[in-house]
Amino acid sequence: MYPNGQSRDSAFNYASSGSGPILRVRNLKKHFLVRQALVDRIRGIPAPKVMALDGVSFELMPTESLGIVGESGCGKSTLARCLVFLHRADEGRIEFEGSDITNSSGMELRRVRGHMQMVFQDPYSSLNPRMTIGTAIAEAARFHKKILNDENEDTYVRKLLQLTGLTPGTALKRPHALSGGQRQRVALARALAVEPRIIIADEIVSALDVSIQAQILNLLQELRNELGLAVVFISHDLAVVANTTDRVAVMYLGKIVEEGPTAAVFNEPQHPYTKALIAAHPDPEMDSRMNSNPLRGEIPSLLAIPTGCRFQTRCTFAEEICSRVEPQLLDLPKRAIGHKAACHVMPFDG
Amino acid sequence: MRKIDDLANLESESNSSAGFHLDSIKGTNRELLSIQDLSVAFPSDDDVFLAANKVNLTVEVGDVVGLVGESGSGKSITCRSIIRLVPRPGEIVSGSIMFKGRDLVGLSASELRKLRSSEISMIFQDPTNCLNPVFTIGQELIAILSQFGGISRSDARRRGVELFERVGIPDAKRRMSSYPHELSGGQRQRVMIAFAIANHPSLLLADEPTTALDVTIQDQILRLLLELRSEIGMSIILVSHDMGVIAHTCTKIAVMYGGHIVESGSVQKVLKHPQHPYTQALLSAVPRLARNSNGSTLAAIMGSPPDLSALPRGCPFGPRCKFVTETCSEISMHLDQVEPGHWSACPFIRKR
Repeated sequence: MYPNGQSRDSAFNYASSGSGPILRVRNLKKHFLVRQALVDRIRGIPAPKVMALDGVSFELMPTESLGIVGESGCGKSTLARCLVFLHRADEGRIEFEGSDITNSSGMELRRVRGHMQMVFQDPYSSLNPRMTIGTAIAEAARFHKKILNDENEDTYVRKLLQLTGLTPGTALKRPHALSGGQRQRVALARALAVEPRIIIADEIVSALDVSIQAQILNLLQELRNELGLAVVFISHDLAVVANTTDRVAVMYLGKIVEEGPTAAVFNEPQHPYTKALIAAHPDPEMDSRMNSNPLRGEIPSLLAIPTGCRFQTRCTFAEEICSRVEPQLLDLPKRAIGHKAACHVMPFDG
Repeated sequence: MRKIDDLANLESESNSSAGFHLDSIKGTNRELLSIQDLSVAFPSDDDVFLAANKVNLTVEVGDVVGLVGESGSGKSITCRSIIRLVPRPGEIVSGSIMFKGRDLVGLSASELRKLRSSEISMIFQDPTNCLNPVFTIGQELIAILSQFGGISRSDARRRGVELFERVGIPDAKRRMSSYPHELSGGQRQRVMIAFAIANHPSLLLADEPTTALDVTIQDQILRLLLELRSEIGMSIILVSHDMGVIAHTCTKIAVMYGGHIVESGSVQKVLKHPQHPYTQALLSAVPRLARNSNGSTLAAIMGSPPDLSALPRGCPFGPRCKFVTETCSEISMHLDQVEPGHWSACPFIRKR
């Protein structure tokens, strides 16, 4: 339960009331301009564009956990940052509970951010080293008007620390006195301090040791169940995503190439890229010892995205059409409901 | 050349390499590196602590030995002490490192320099920090190839292009004149590997070589290392925190915790039938693709990795161990054989 007593019932009522997705993203695009030589600027040569997000659409249901997975440069972090307005998307639409928040600013933006909180990979750089943990957590809550007077502050902070598995004494410490796992718990506590509906978790366990990683993932799962949170879980680690999400979207060079229920995507991957990612994932079980074909080449530059299908330059199944026509993300008729892939060749082979 | 003999050796023995009978061949000429009771100490405020504590490790010709553990377990320090790269103020306080019949612990600076570039080489997690930004990668490689003389500049250049081609750098001839910043992370690691194998070392130390890379590139790099190992007949020590990487690459494994090796043996034996509670717990904490049942909890290990300057008495894993007994704080850490080719430091595991 959140410290202010908002129970999970409200969230569950919401979920069962049959209303639509809590977050809907339509055709989101974001590019960055590359810094150019002065000579080129004077000559009027247009600055090269990096298409970090090139038309991403998805829906997030209340209390659902959606995984976004892909290699570096696929746009997964840009997506996260666009969702909390750390970047402004160039094109597309973001809806929260059915209302368009794409162009929100000022007080409205503050309200929106109260519903969506982001947790980052490196908790050490997202915590102020000169603030005690208690102050840092309370600051977020004060800003979003969750605590209105000083008397409430201590109880509020203590409840949040308890919620994230930390001792009350942690409130008086500073970030340097905590371990990586503890800092990540603090980062979660601070995100929860504003009573969000959605947590956007960007590689939150990548910097942690395996034993601690499991603790944080379990904690996130508990929090989801207890508070009825929806989670956008971004990670490069397939196994982590497989164990923490209901649905997963695989991204490659700024686009979603496959999407569907987590079990369906990982047990019956349809896009050649998803297949290659799964084949390259080292699992401690010995039976999967390296024998498959490795994926050739490296991820192409975002400055020179291949024509047609973005993956065709590395794909073993590429046909002539793949270099001409960009495949659309389409429902797969014989697969699980909601399982989509953007491929001309694979999904329709038997 | 030395290499050809080694290769012949390797091939004749590769048939039997499926099952390792480490103890039965100990002492024969297969042994390449033998670390005995190695301890590395670091001073802390008013005390010293041991980052590696009485480590024993044997590497035979053709072995790929995985050192696995969490941060602060001593895996990197153990690996670095082999070529005496322990960062100051740390130092080796006891033990011996026998490599081809001589003890590396007592080597002079000039002997070390020779050893490092020709017999043992090392690659690191972050290749960017290891490449000199003001030289082209070709210049650096030619310098490595010609440091002992005996090779003309044009020969060195030709060899350099061959090496870059071998490690999978596309358009190698043109790439000779590239600077490190012009390459991707995966390509930089390939360049580092080319530098490392340039003088045909018999042992390659790889400290988290793929941790900073994407999985598909990691896969390529690990394959490359295994190919090179059989081509030039070198052995590899691979340091990693990733059980999956170890499982896919290594023939033997040593699991480290709190500066101690807590379990070692062939990869098959250790991963299929782990005989130390830490190995068991670590393996079950790794999320698996195959068990993608959302909602189930992962088997986390309680607590956090130990502070080396305040290790508990006896077994360092004791405070986090599910099976801890009163006597665990009194045991002395040493590896006992649990079956041929498999050692564990937990004396209680077989009694359970």
